[in-house]
Amino acid sequence: MDQRTEAFLAHVQDGGVVEAGDWMPDEYRARLRKFVEMHANSELMGVLPERDWILRAPTLQRKLALTAKIQDEVGHAQLLYRVVEDLGKPREACLDDLIAGRSKFHNVFHYPTRTWGDVGVIAWLVDAAAIISQKALLKCSYAPYARIMRKICWEESFHILHGRDVILTLVTGTDAQRELVQEALDRWWEPLMMFHGNPIPADEDPMVHWRIKSQANEDARQQFLEGYVPQVWELGLTLPDPKLRRSDDGVWSYSEPDWEKLMAVVSGHGPASAERLAFRRLSRAEVDWVSRTVLAEAA
Amino acid sequence: MIYEVFRRERQGAAMQHAGSIAAPDGRFAEIYAREQYGRRGESEALWLVAREAIEELDEFVDEFDLKYRRVDGYSIKERLKEARAAAGKNP
Repeated sequence: MDQRTEAFLAHVQDGGVVEAGDWMPDEYRARLRKFVEMHANSELMGVLPERDWILRAPTLQRKLALTAKIQDEVGHAQLLYRVVEDLGKPREACLDDLIAGRSKFHNVFHYPTRTWGDVGVIAWLVDAAAIISQKALLKCSYAPYARIMRKICWEESFHILHGRDVILTLVTGTDAQRELVQEALDRWWEPLMMFHGNPIPADEDPMVHWRIKSQANEDARQQFLEGYVPQVWELGLTLPDPKLRRSDDGVWSYSEPDWEKLMAVVSGHGPASAERLAFRRLSRAEVDWVSRTVLAEAA
Repeated sequence: MIYEVFRRERQGAAMQHAGSIAAPDGRFAEIYAREQYGRRGESEALWLVAREAIEELDEFVDEFDLKYRRVDGYSIKERLKEARAAAGKNP
């Protein structure tokens, strides 16, 4: 490691921050860019499972709330792609890589949404899991990313409430509505347990090393379990893991997720990966004339 | 085009940098900025500035140690004590 890189590393490890125009080592820039790009992709792909339910939302109020949430997520994608652009990769290249399957997006967006129960579980628990990671990113050494996270976290807070409201309506409804939630929860539990990634120790995680991330994967998962399992149980719902249990010292134990399956899912082999990417390709092709017209007019 | 967006959160507050948007021209920039930084009533005014119009200055070297411009350039405690003592002797 050369002297300049060493000084940079010491700076970020000591809590120092980096701005877009500052010098940064190639490895830092590459890792950061890939990470933020995956985050942006996830926001963009994450609206597709919910989009399926705009037309089928049970009430006008729900339809409007869901649409507002989707607008928020697309807005987050826009903000994050801006961060990526300033790190040197154009948005067009990000979208090309995304639809060609060359870049990744979060595991939870590779699964189908079968019922309205899924919409509740996603807005409540997937967003809860995401907010835990996102809050930790407020401390990211790359200041433009950390600043955008403040706005994102602020907007996300209503999503969890919206999800909880959907769930509470269903569990206080008919037996069939309650069953809808339980069935969705049973399907979503595995991807939720995979969400924060394999339990790589913080001191072996290069993302923590460069202080792009400041939270170990397992810490995030423990925080999720501690915060949300009791909330699930208090509604009389069950979770499909017989090993799930909180020990006296506050640590949750659970059945080890299949990490190879997680790798397969995020590399495009999830149950809905192909369909989602095909849809994104289709909409890109369909709106291509709009961007060409707009850019020609502006030029 | 990249536009830097500044927002005023409430009347009397300073404009603060909010983020940036990419837009093909000013008309689109206005629409995007309204949606991105104003749709929840979180701003009472926005400034849009083309990024290329911004001139950044980021080096502030104090080569001549101009401490007399600052509060920490003055240490009056000891001399005040001295002055008070002198005043006590000459009422």
